[in-house]
Amino acid sequence: MIRSVMVMNTQGKPRLAKFYDFQTVEKQQELIRSVFGVLCSRAENVSNFLDAASIFGPDSSLVYKHYATLYFVLVFDSSENELAMLDLIQVFVETLDKCFKNVCELDIVFNYSKIHTILDEMIFGGQVLETSSTELVKAVEEISRLESASNSITLVPKSVSGWRNR
Amino acid sequence: MASTTSSIMDTLFQRTLEDLIKGLRLQLIGESAFISKALDEIRREIKSTDPHTKSNALQKLSYLSSLHHFDMSWAAFHVVEVMSSSRFSHKKIGYHAASLSFSDSTPVLLLITNQLRKDLTNPNNEFEVSLALECLSRIATTDLCRDLTPEIFTLLSSTKIFVRKKAIALVLRVFEKYPDAVKVCFKRLVENLDSTDPHIVSAVVGVFCELTSNDPKSYLPLAPEFYRILVDSKNNWVLIKMLKIFTKLVLLEPRLAKRVVEPVCEHMRRTGAKSLMFECVRTVVSSLSEYEQAVKLAVVKIRELLLDDDPNLRYLGLNALSIVAPKHLWAVLENKEVVIKWLSDEDPNIKRESLRLVMAMVSENNVVEICRVLVNYALKSDPEFCNEILGSILSTCSRNLYEIVNDFDWYVSLLGEMSRILHCQQGDEIENQLIDISMRVRDVRPELVRVGRDLLIDPALLSNHFLYRILSAAAWVSGEYVEFSRNPFELIEALLQPRTNLLPPSIRAIYIQSAFKVLIFCLHSYLLQRESTASSYPDTSALSELASKREMPEGSDLATFKAHSHSEQDEVFNPRVSNQSSEELSVGNGGGRTISHGQTSTPVTSENSFTYEAVVNQLNLIELALGPLTGSHDVEILERVRNLLCFIELIKGEILESLVQNEENLNSAEMKSSKIIKLMSDAFSEELGPVSVSAQERVPIPEGLALKENLNDLDMICGDIQLPSSISFSLVSTHYEEGVGASLPDLQSKEELEPPSEATSLLAEHRKRHGLYYLTSEKNDIVANDYPPANDPKLQDNQNNDTEDLVKLTEQLLVSKKRPNQAKPRPVVVKLDGDVVPVSAKRPGPKDDSLSGAVQEVLLGSDTKTSTSRSNPSDKSSSKRKGKEKLIIDPSSELNENLGDAEKLDRENPSSRRSKHRTHGKERRHKSPGKIREEREENGQKEKKKSSHRHARHKTRQRADVPLNVVSETPVIPDFLL
Repeated sequence: MIRSVMVMNTQGKPRLAKFYDFQTVEKQQELIRSVFGVLCSRAENVSNFLDAASIFGPDSSLVYKHYATLYFVLVFDSSENELAMLDLIQVFVETLDKCFKNVCELDIVFNYSKIHTILDEMIFGGQVLETSSTELVKAVEEISRLESASNSITLVPKSVSGWRNR
Repeated sequence: MASTTSSIMDTLFQRTLEDLIKGLRLQLIGESAFISKALDEIRREIKSTDPHTKSNALQKLSYLSSLHHFDMSWAAFHVVEVMSSSRFSHKKIGYHAASLSFSDSTPVLLLITNQLRKDLTNPNNEFEVSLALECLSRIATTDLCRDLTPEIFTLLSSTKIFVRKKAIALVLRVFEKYPDAVKVCFKRLVENLDSTDPHIVSAVVGVFCELTSNDPKSYLPLAPEFYRILVDSKNNWVLIKMLKIFTKLVLLEPRLAKRVVEPVCEHMRRTGAKSLMFECVRTVVSSLSEYEQAVKLAVVKIRELLLDDDPNLRYLGLNALSIVAPKHLWAVLENKEVVIKWLSDEDPNIKRESLRLVMAMVSENNVVEICRVLVNYALKSDPEFCNEILGSILSTCSRNLYEIVNDFDWYVSLLGEMSRILHCQQGDEIENQLIDISMRVRDVRPELVRVGRDLLIDPALLSNHFLYRILSAAAWVSGEYVEFSRNPFELIEALLQPRTNLLPPSIRAIYIQSAFKVLIFCLHSYLLQRESTASSYPDTSALSELASKREMPEGSDLATFKAHSHSEQDEVFNPRVSNQSSEELSVGNGGGRTISHGQTSTPVTSENSFTYEAVVNQLNLIELALGPLTGSHDVEILERVRNLLCFIELIKGEILESLVQNEENLNSAEMKSSKIIKLMSDAFSEELGPVSVSAQERVPIPEGLALKENLNDLDMICGDIQLPSSISFSLVSTHYEEGVGASLPDLQSKEELEPPSEATSLLAEHRKRHGLYYLTSEKNDIVANDYPPANDPKLQDNQNNDTEDLVKLTEQLLVSKKRPNQAKPRPVVVKLDGDVVPVSAKRPGPKDDSLSGAVQEVLLGSDTKTSTSRSNPSDKSSSKRKGKEKLIIDPSSELNENLGDAEKLDRENPSSRRSKHRTHGKERRHKSPGKIREEREENGQKEKKKSSHRHARHKTRQRADVPLNVVSETPVIPDFLL
């Protein structure tokens, strides 16, 4: 089971944080901080695994991948395969790339809710449900369409009617 | 009107999330000020009646909570409001906020049941259903699960894959929170395993993988289904999960292993995906390690991983290798070069993993070489890894009472060498081992004293606070076993050197106490030497006269002392003949002398340096060095300094006088001071043995002692006084108390008050008390017998016994036949019953008993009684494991007692001396009754458990004709099963 997904930049600023067991905000902050503390001390060209037991308790592993200015981090327990998790990060990044056309940190900064939509389609309650980026993109696009449809229908008449009733 | 206006203003001019983010990036007033302003806005907006404004505010709040860590639990009710909006975009924001911020204790959870039910059953919009499912997967409580089970059950067979896969994944949480849902949903969950849609299969397999990892036993009956998927599936994700499941199941059912091993190997050979290949390897090495062919194949694959350029694969390869190491060490040895090569990898993970493997390779034959290599690596490494290396050397070598160490002289000097490594922070462990070895291994003491001396005389070491603990051990060893010292005077100087004021008080006190011991030894030897000069040993007297004529420079420093000792050594003495193996030599050379001194003071070296001048110098030196400390504020230091100074006071007068007297007429035996010295030296030469962990339990409780009385008041008083040092320095201080500390202060204080003639009786009294209070008589025997007292006349008789030497020699030969690599026999390591603390191997039972019970119910029919046996698998295995451990570790366990003893005797015989092994046997016999009883009790328990398990199995067998295929013990079934 996946315990947590994090994306943070090389300065340690979190860009996405998702915990699949409940954590208080203070605890979340602490976890993100300690993960970054270990990540930033690691050289390039070393393995992508970290001993996470000291941060997340026993039976937890961590893989991360470094893309440009961002770290993508997955924390999981022994029922996941380490290499498969690395692949999953790859899938996630590919999907982001397809959704945003050459994704960069700014896309992730400004698309908070879309990023979450993508992630939720991929990982559901800590379990991997979708590993094909094409399928992911399809689902996410459909959801976005629905969202904007429901917005555009409501927004205009609402404010207009509000105006009229005055 | 006003409120409408403000609401419209809010709607028109509200900042969206994007505005917020932009503002946050461009703000000039500081991030926290900006955010608190934004939060104020949100607080206002979220109360708006306009759903759009409200949801927008909630979205901003979620963002701030998720990425800037602001609490949003205050907005829980607004979250519920937004969730119930009829617009998808609002609903989505609401559900996201709920899954972000709700916990089991959120009160508004009670309000959302109906909303969730409505959304779950929405027939038109599968995305709304999916939102509700997603949220539930994070926040579902027992109540929610109970109330919504019917809806989830319906969704499990939904025609929409998009929804069904999420419903399946949600089942995991539902089962965990509300096990009764199993009765409803389990069958349909299993049916989904047969689905043709890969998404569905993947989701179900994922759920079963999680379920199995918590409680494998319950899902054993599903093995046929799993097997089919393992063979047929082409999806790597599914296969990986399947392998995870079988890794657990195979351990419970060996016949399943036989079936599974072939397909697993097939996947391993065929697959191009490294992740699947690695998972196959891991399955084989952790669960199928009995299958030679499979393991061989896995090791080939591991080697490929080890040689890969990708550090991830190298790391995982090492990882797999360390799983395989305990059962198939050959696999590690085959890859030895690669493993050692990665010790210097730049990746800390890889270094650490290969270090673990290197330590797994250590055996008694190669421990010396491996430690040499590792210490070299440690010297080159960064501080962190250096300490990891040192730590693992220490723990490996000390395992099972230094099982793999044959040459303790080497090991002790290695410890000394390790302490000098710049980054060494293993002070505590090295200290413990030095002292432990000194008490357990008699033969190594001379070397230990030498190592201790080297550490003590180096003033540079006193500035490294990581070394203090080691130094204290060195000081203690030098004091306790001063008779092996080449130059005791040098030791006193080292112990009192000015830089010792850098030490913490507790350790300084040990230094002073050790100096005391050394001084007593010097004085005692001095007196003995004078006695012997007085009596008729022409050669020794000549020697000592020669030595006594030598001029000793006043206030000589260390260098001259060293030079002195060296020159003396060259001239007259055999270097440290005290080593037991070369005893014949010492017997031949100085037989007469050894007789007069008893065994402990054999070293010839020291004898001649005990000149009058030297002794007086030392007395002066001590007075000079310790004088200022009489004002110390630390009670430990103060007491020891006072003891020592008073003692010097007491004897100094007479020692000085004795110069005036003619040596020949000297009747030192009658001198008051010589009596005191003798007494003290007797007190100090009482040997300290290792104390069994369980020793305390064997002390009978004296009558009238109320142990159960509430001591909380005492805690309150003493709580703040307790010194940390008393804990951190446990080993030495306990021995102090048991051996010397307790006896010494009161002995001495009384000595000062009372005439010395009474001291002997005091000592006797003390010994009586010692026996009474610290250890039972039984235990006392052990200590006393293990180490014959220093002046035991029997031993001296043995010294000249040639036949015994011959026997010893032949025994040595025998040993060398057994262990060809070994240059000298392994010295005896004293072992005590209590040393081996049985590792509490109790595994926590399955987390969700009720869940596994429910699952078994469903799988095995509607018999509720199965629940009695459901926790069996883990119980059984843990008790089995414990039993096994007992057999290996506990020497007094019934079955193995004779065997173990015989083995031990065999091993110890050659090097063990005199009655040592006999006492071992006795010790064990003494102690066994209690243990045996315990053992029986445990066996009884085991029996009980076993029988209940058998019972359960029986039940299973009965049910074998039920349509569901059940794995059972009968040999017929599995064939049609798989």
